[in-house]
Amino acid sequence: MSHRYFPHTAEDVQHMLDLCGAKSILDLYADVPEQLRLNRDYNLPKAQDEQQVRRQFAALSNSNLACFAGAGAYAHFCPAVIDSIVSRSEYLTSYTPYQSEISQGTLQYIFEYQSMLAQLTAMDICNASMYDGATATAEAMIMAVNATRKRRRALISATLNPDVIEVMRTYARYHRIDIDIIPEANGITDLCALDNLLQKGDVAAVVLPQPNYYGIIEDLSGVADKVHAAKALLVINAPASPLAVIRPAGEWGADIAVGDAQSLGMPLSVGGPYLGYMCCTKALMRKIPGRIVGATTDKKGQRTFVLTLQAREQHIRREKATSNICSNQGVMTLRAAIYLSLLGYEGLRQVNAISADKAHRLADALCATGKAHLAFPDKPFLNEFALDLDGISAHQLIDALIDKNILAGVAIDHNRILVAATECCSEEDINTYVSTLSNL
Amino acid sequence: MNRQLYEKLIFDYSRPGRRGFFFNEGNAQMPSLPDGLLRQTPPQLPEVDEPTVVRHYNNQSTNNFGVDTGFYPLGSCTMKYNPKVNDLLASDPGFAAIHPKQPTATMQGALKLYYELQQSLSEIGGMSEFTLNPYAGAHGELTGLMVIHAFHDHNKDFARTKVLVPNSAHGTNPASAAVCGYEVVEVNSLPDGTVDVDDLRSKLDNTVAAMMMTNPNTVGMFEKHIPEIAEAVHAAGALLYYDGANLNPMLGIARPGDMGFDVMHINLHKTFSTPHGGGGPGAGPVGVRKGLEQFLPAPRVVKLADSSFDIDQHNDTALGRISSNLGNYAVLIRAWAYILTMGCDGLAHVGPLATLNANYVMHRLKDLYLLPIPGPCKHEFVFDGLIDKSTGVTTLNIAKRLLDMGFHAPTIYFPLLFHESLMIEPTETESLDTLDTFCDAMRQIAVEAIDSPEVVKEAPHLTPAVRPDDTEAALHPIVTYSELCNQ
Repeated sequence: MSHRYFPHTAEDVQHMLDLCGAKSILDLYADVPEQLRLNRDYNLPKAQDEQQVRRQFAALSNSNLACFAGAGAYAHFCPAVIDSIVSRSEYLTSYTPYQSEISQGTLQYIFEYQSMLAQLTAMDICNASMYDGATATAEAMIMAVNATRKRRRALISATLNPDVIEVMRTYARYHRIDIDIIPEANGITDLCALDNLLQKGDVAAVVLPQPNYYGIIEDLSGVADKVHAAKALLVINAPASPLAVIRPAGEWGADIAVGDAQSLGMPLSVGGPYLGYMCCTKALMRKIPGRIVGATTDKKGQRTFVLTLQAREQHIRREKATSNICSNQGVMTLRAAIYLSLLGYEGLRQVNAISADKAHRLADALCATGKAHLAFPDKPFLNEFALDLDGISAHQLIDALIDKNILAGVAIDHNRILVAATECCSEEDINTYVSTLSNL
Repeated sequence: MNRQLYEKLIFDYSRPGRRGFFFNEGNAQMPSLPDGLLRQTPPQLPEVDEPTVVRHYNNQSTNNFGVDTGFYPLGSCTMKYNPKVNDLLASDPGFAAIHPKQPTATMQGALKLYYELQQSLSEIGGMSEFTLNPYAGAHGELTGLMVIHAFHDHNKDFARTKVLVPNSAHGTNPASAAVCGYEVVEVNSLPDGTVDVDDLRSKLDNTVAAMMMTNPNTVGMFEKHIPEIAEAVHAAGALLYYDGANLNPMLGIARPGDMGFDVMHINLHKTFSTPHGGGGPGAGPVGVRKGLEQFLPAPRVVKLADSSFDIDQHNDTALGRISSNLGNYAVLIRAWAYILTMGCDGLAHVGPLATLNANYVMHRLKDLYLLPIPGPCKHEFVFDGLIDKSTGVTTLNIAKRLLDMGFHAPTIYFPLLFHESLMIEPTETESLDTLDTFCDAMRQIAVEAIDSPEVVKEAPHLTPAVRPDDTEAALHPIVTYSELCNQ
């Protein structure tokens, strides 16, 4: 049984068995009925040494594309400081900070993260994070149902990312919430249709994206008043990074702000781990799911941090908890805190300006080829836009650019593609993109 | 761990004009947007230089205790060693740069890894197929219950509104059932902590959707009546759910599928060595027995006839989507590296050595600590405080005193079956030397509890923070820096 992760020698095992009064380790399993025992090795390969394992992985990991895909996950640059710090095992190998005396490192960075995200969304408070933007949005819907005395309808804009809508549908089905989709008109939420849906009553939440799935920044003026007049809560879903420059949930009068914070220093990583954020007004603080870190003082009078408002949570309230979530995204919140510390407001503003500038120049150049046009030409966008291709399919374009080591975007349907730019897209990549379309 | 509290927040270093970044293209102009769509008030984010950021977070980390710092006998949390090569592989740019929506032809290696891990977990769990999409144990539980809901819905069996949960279960079980729209009914435990099968039978009827269990249970006892329980649950038309929180001692010994479980989740951050990260990210893959595969969530990774891999994105499986993409992929990388490194020969000893370690600690301490349920235990066991409680030393005091001695505390006041629960799980990666040092410390505390009880009652004495005021934190919540400044 010798293995590098097992410290036991044969003598150790014998000594331990003697103390336990057992002849063999299997004696300790005497209560496992014989017919349930495996009595064989798993049908898996035998142990490999570190070189073999690393070689096997090297054969699997070989992707290297310049990324113009977005649709919720963005290839922003991650400074080296982030990986260096999060690899510290004091952070990485610790458990949930229940023992606050020996967990101030974790508790402090979560407090910093909460503070930064509350600023970014212009909301009062923020929790210690959710799994991803989609589950955060589904949980916001359930939170609204609980906060509005069990109203059972949620109105969701058709311009929200379809993956997020699908996750919300799954949660809603089993939580017995009725979802009505607010239709889209020319790429944005049809606000007249929203009025009609609100009039039917029993609405707990209105969920709107910003920017929306097509990259369009929607004008939500007056929406919060209408939603509140119907005694419902306004939930705004937004990727975190653009909030440095576009009007955030708090400035639109939203009650709950949710979304994915992957854009704050997390790699694409095949889709995870990402970081769902959830912020809300002070009035809703005791309805929010998940962990919250609060400041207090210790016996010596030192400023310290603890997990607080735990009476909302499952380990105390069991089936009456605000959610079943009993973790957060831990080191992903650390990544976001480090990223925002390094960049600050000015750096985040620059990231968005560079990305938006590249996206607009790319959009102009692609349209100038005569082989594509903006799907919604009169609508404002930041770093992502929907493009309609003329005479070629989205997949033809994607395949042609894969040959040039470029990921063109995400196909929305046959001839429509969603294209995003970030500061990581080089001028050479942009030129190759344009010339490839031009030559198709 | 640094015993001195590092008190600063990053905001404390902020000075206007400091920068921790430089973009050569920083002068790029924002495209012109209507004023009403732009942010009105800038966010108050710190302004700090790079060396300050690095030093701040390094110093802050020194107030944390991790598995790499010392022994972490946290019951039901399986705080085993987190191998370093796994972290290295998880940050490989060849995976890190993959966009979740890029063409599957360009991510065959990544999909192969997902598929092979899925198959390995099926073999280890004795299940037919796994989804690796759930983000955490609790998310896995919820997904598993949704699978069960979808199964009953598919059979037009709409009367099943209840989920049975042992009263020893972790709070997440009932909370997950409630989020899935179920009513929770508790099943009593026998004095030895196992499920009262008669009580279970009396609560089983055609309104029950599922019974949720861990095995071994939260007091570390194997539920030896599991074949009988499975038969009764199935006879009532309900499904049996395996909460994988306590899977570790079963590695190499027995499989949940063979015990009669229909649906299960595995906490990769427990049994498969991925780091807990101060709360996450973890991963909670869900497995199902043959016949239930169609209810697993989208997207699914499938192997095609030509041995290539594809992502089945369609959403008309009975369950739908519970995540945007394929879960916490970087966590899956670590778990797969662990399985390859351990091999079938290594995995076979994980459960037995974890069980041996737990029994050894139990035997070394049971003359001083009250063992309400005699062994042998599996991966963990529960003491009901000290045997001699005459000086009023509580489980909380013992836990805090352990922090002084360089150990993390065990899980305390859980399970709720005992008043002074002290739940200890050593895991297989701890050496005899470490276990002896821990047992010596526990024995010293028991002696102190009689000779100098105040030393224990006022513990901890040597930690960076000393008994933070939880009550004040909850009464007057301060959860952001701006609230702290306006205090």
